[in-house]
Amino acid sequence: MEGELAHIGAGLAAIGSGAAAIGVGNVAGNFLAGALRNPSAAAGQTATLFIGIAFAEALGIFSFLVALLLMFAV
Amino acid sequence: MATEANGAETGGLVFHPMDQFIVKPLFGDGPIGMFTLTNATLWLALTVLAVVALMVLGTSRRAIVPTRSQSVGELAYGFVYKMVEDVTGKDGVKYFPYIMSLFMFVVMANFLGLLPMSFATTSHFAVTVVLALAVFLTVTVLGFIKNGVGFLGLFWVSSAPLALRPVLAIIELISYFVRPVSHSIRLAGNVMAGHAVIKVFAGFAALAVISPLSIVAITAMYGLEILVAFIQAYVFTILTCVYLKDALHPGH
Amino acid sequence: MATETHSAAGNGLADAAGVDGHELATAGPGMPQLDFSTWGNQIFWLLVALVVIYFVLSRVALPRIAAVLAERHGTITNDIARADDLKRQATEAEAAYEQALKDARAEAQAISQRTRDEIKVQVAEATAEADARIAVKSGEADKAVADIRATAMENVEVVAKDTAEALVAALGGSADATAISDAVNNRMKG
Repeated sequence: MEGELAHIGAGLAAIGSGAAAIGVGNVAGNFLAGALRNPSAAAGQTATLFIGIAFAEALGIFSFLVALLLMFAV
Repeated sequence: MATEANGAETGGLVFHPMDQFIVKPLFGDGPIGMFTLTNATLWLALTVLAVVALMVLGTSRRAIVPTRSQSVGELAYGFVYKMVEDVTGKDGVKYFPYIMSLFMFVVMANFLGLLPMSFATTSHFAVTVVLALAVFLTVTVLGFIKNGVGFLGLFWVSSAPLALRPVLAIIELISYFVRPVSHSIRLAGNVMAGHAVIKVFAGFAALAVISPLSIVAITAMYGLEILVAFIQAYVFTILTCVYLKDALHPGH
Repeated sequence: MATETHSAAGNGLADAAGVDGHELATAGPGMPQLDFSTWGNQIFWLLVALVVIYFVLSRVALPRIAAVLAERHGTITNDIARADDLKRQATEAEAAYEQALKDARAEAQAISQRTRDEIKVQVAEATAEADARIAVKSGEADKAVADIRATAMENVEVVAKDTAEALVAALGGSADATAISDAVNNRMKG
């Protein structure tokens, strides 16, 4: 019974990956919108873009990790 | 193990997405001690060899007009050098060899981990936690050496209203100590997730009906993983640079 | 060495369940990443690898690449400087050529001008000489014409006097020569 509950929990935790996808899309989309308005300033901000994507993605990875822990470690 | 039960029920469809990360001794079947040669050791050594081959053997001719491997080495050098210079400023350049070592190790380990039947060393928390802690401790110690007590000004947001500052200080302090956690889990999680997903798709290939789809999916994921392997190395390095900048110039 | 891992991994797949089961029983977590019994080993070898990479890069590779890049930068700068120098020389040569061309053109113009002036002078002299000669000739001719006219007048006078004498004689009159001469002279004047 507990195993099944853990699987359900893992599935719920995996929703976080989708949320992180939304977050990454937001970052990249807004960067693109800004870059198209002011292309000359875009080149200097790619590092910031990647840092932003990394932070957004890290949280998705956390939820993925929780899912893995529920699947394999509980 | 839960997956085995699953495999038994569906008949033939067996998933072992995490088995690829098992650390095994290279010779024999004994327990893993401190100095046992394991598959992790092998691939760490191969990573070192790859870095040496690219950065030392590739540039051994010191050609003015570079050969292919030499220009790749120079490209990596220029890429990291520019990153360090842009993010940390002129006074961060003397830590360039340290950051370059981290970058070369992570990027090589990521790419070698993508080879079929290989072992992804950077998918292990043991590896990434050590890398992240090395950065965290170096940066913290450096911050205190360079700025003394002034380094604590990093947590005291002087631009905020006075009443908010203690609260912000606590938040900043927490986020500072979460840094190595997210720094390490991001890298290991990304690599592990990609490899596990590929393995899951490979598991589906056991069913003849969906095996073509599974192969297409594996190919697509592999392409994405090549991208991720580089981007995660880049992100790891640039975050190291950002932390280093905080240590050198703690003012907001 | 790669084949060893290959076969090891192959075996691993076959007996993963068994080994894993044992490890699970002893180590607990199913994620190999959380099997802390392997951490010491991994961390040790990782530190070895990092130290090797750091020393190889900072002692050998990075100074070498920096030297190569600096050398290339120097070479490129030198080449550009040399190219600039050559370009400057070419520009100078072109300017000198243009100057020579201009000089030559000016000289040619001067020469042609001088020649033209000389020719003009010669023509003027020749014209003047010719004019003078023509004047002399025409003067001579005028004089000749005048002489001829004068002799002709004289002849006419003589003829007229003779004719008048003859006419007078024929009309049966006699006239002295002086009266006839005066009368003829009067007629001729008037």
